Amino acid sequence: MRLVSTFLAASAAALLGSAAFAQEEALSLDDRVNAVFSDVTGPYVSFIFMPFPGTDFPWIVMWLVVAATIFTIYFGFVQFRFFGHAIALVKGDYSDPNDAGEVSHFQALATALSGTVGLGNIAGVAVAIGIGGPGATFWMIVAGLLGMASKFTECTLGVKYRNEYPDGTVSGGPMYYMQKGFDELGLPGGRILAILFAVFCILGALGGGNMFQANQAHAQISGIVGDYPGVITGLVFAGVVFAVIVGGIKSIAHVTEKIVPFMGLLYVGAALIVLIANYDMIGAAFGQIFAGAFTGLGVAGGLVGALIQGFRRAAFSNEAGVGSAAIAHSAVRTNEPITEGFVSLLEPLIDTVVICTMTALVITISGQLITDPETGRFVLDEAGAAIRTIGDTSGVALTSAAFATAIWWFPYVLALAVVLFAFSTMISWSYYGLKAWTYLFGEGRTSELTFKVIFCIFTVIGAAASLGPVIDFSDAMIFSMAVVNIFALYFLMKLVKRELDSYSDRLRGGQIRRFKA
Amino acid sequence: MTVKLVVGLDGQASGERALAHAQHLAELIGDCELIVTYVIEWSPYSFQTAEENAQRHRRREEEIATATERLVDPAVAKLRAAGLTARGLVRHGDVADTLNRIAGEEGVEQIIVARMSEGGFVQRVFGSSTSNLVMSAVVPVTVVA
Repeated sequence: MRLVSTFLAASAAALLGSAAFAQEEALSLDDRVNAVFSDVTGPYVSFIFMPFPGTDFPWIVMWLVVAATIFTIYFGFVQFRFFGHAIALVKGDYSDPNDAGEVSHFQALATALSGTVGLGNIAGVAVAIGIGGPGATFWMIVAGLLGMASKFTECTLGVKYRNEYPDGTVSGGPMYYMQKGFDELGLPGGRILAILFAVFCILGALGGGNMFQANQAHAQISGIVGDYPGVITGLVFAGVVFAVIVGGIKSIAHVTEKIVPFMGLLYVGAALIVLIANYDMIGAAFGQIFAGAFTGLGVAGGLVGALIQGFRRAAFSNEAGVGSAAIAHSAVRTNEPITEGFVSLLEPLIDTVVICTMTALVITISGQLITDPETGRFVLDEAGAAIRTIGDTSGVALTSAAFATAIWWFPYVLALAVVLFAFSTMISWSYYGLKAWTYLFGEGRTSELTFKVIFCIFTVIGAAASLGPVIDFSDAMIFSMAVVNIFALYFLMKLVKRELDSYSDRLRGGQIRRFKA
Repeated sequence: MTVKLVVGLDGQASGERALAHAQHLAELIGDCELIVTYVIEWSPYSFQTAEENAQRHRRREEEIATATERLVDPAVAKLRAAGLTARGLVRHGDVADTLNRIAGEEGVEQIIVARMSEGGFVQRVFGSSTSNLVMSAVVPVTVVA
């Protein structure tokens, strides 16, 4: 995410830089904000994204991947053992028909996915492949598969420890399981962790889940229609977001929520068309992916470079371990919290293993990455930091160019998809931020309205300005959520294990009723 | 043995016609229980925002209360006032599937519904709830014109 944000912030800066004099004042304001913000937040941002000495492997990525590995082993490879059961749950095979009208497992999964599937799958993967080569895909898939166990852990706890209010509404998420779970185990510090998480979540929602999205949406739109002030995009987006989250204009949200899955399917469908059109190159592409995973095929950093980029992209894309999904999944009404954990483990699979891999395959077989015909190795740019591409594209532009090799008009659809994904992610994160806000300041109309108005103001700021350090800081906040969340999960995972063992026994014993044959 | 009949309401005049026919049948049968049912159209595969999900349980309760109060209870009261045995049910789901399921669970003899008034493109593509019910019914269905 940080790589993408840096790339897009740079793009937006370039766009704004060429704008008219009227924008120069805004730029100078940006510069001032940047300077102040960098001084205050720079050390913290550097700490979060700090690489291990002698490498450029950020410790935060290792933190996420190690946790995912530990959860995978601790729960006995739950993502593989219960994969079929997760599908059956989503299909509604275990749903009591008398509970119809409540949030279904499918709906909770779709809502959570609309918050994660988006720009990272399109732009982020292109950045990873551009730097780490096709081999990054292999490590991305590995990290996605491991991340399924992290989602399982946090979402089970999210449902188990949510708050249910007398009026029938619910609030859930890491804040609640940290506080209640630690109390249940007699451990101190749960409330402190919860407050810390909530603060990070609010800042992450305003930044990565809002400003960053608005910023990228503006970059996309201006790329199609030509340069124009970002404040216009910001105001339009803020107006629509305001109408949805404050005005309760559900029809807009409904349209988006319907179009986004359609766009997701369209994206995967288009990727399959590109793959079928180049079916003779699929074998070679997989060859490059496997060879690149272990040798690097001459990319910057070799094997380690591919591994870093793959892990990094997966961790940043599917948000496994960040805790955001636990908020989204906690609305399901079930007597078995663990069933929502099973369903949630499909999220990294769809987001990373399927959609990110599709992007990676399309880029790999499209021939956009330039190779030396004599050695077969990738040609690096002058700085030796990334693979040279036809037309010197990277990020969204690289993905777009790769699709255009088979479907010339797809870049237009892709631009629309990026904007819709951005909007959908903003709606999701407005909710995550709201839940963290109400945890800190209490539920209530005034409290909620305050956060929602602040959220809309930040939408305008995000689209209008190229506030690189602010966006870096908000990315850092999202990964700070992961630091606190995973720390808590290590203490709470025994509670999930208890649930898993009990449920497994009852499932085997036939006590878990299947309603559909 | 008491004969059970399910009557499907649709909140429109057509539903009233189905109810009137069911009442007539019940009077002819004698020992008969009428199960007055209103199905709130709902798909578990629809897409919702996180906020809607969080409020879903409350909304469901409100939807059931409104349908019970405005449609089902008055219909049941009317039947009881006519000296018949009747009770009400409100369920969420696909109309045809739900009426069928209730018929199976309750062991009813017949489902009575009205010819639905919906039309146009949706009906042409997916068929009306009534036609779907007729196509999949596990018990005889009477469709009131």
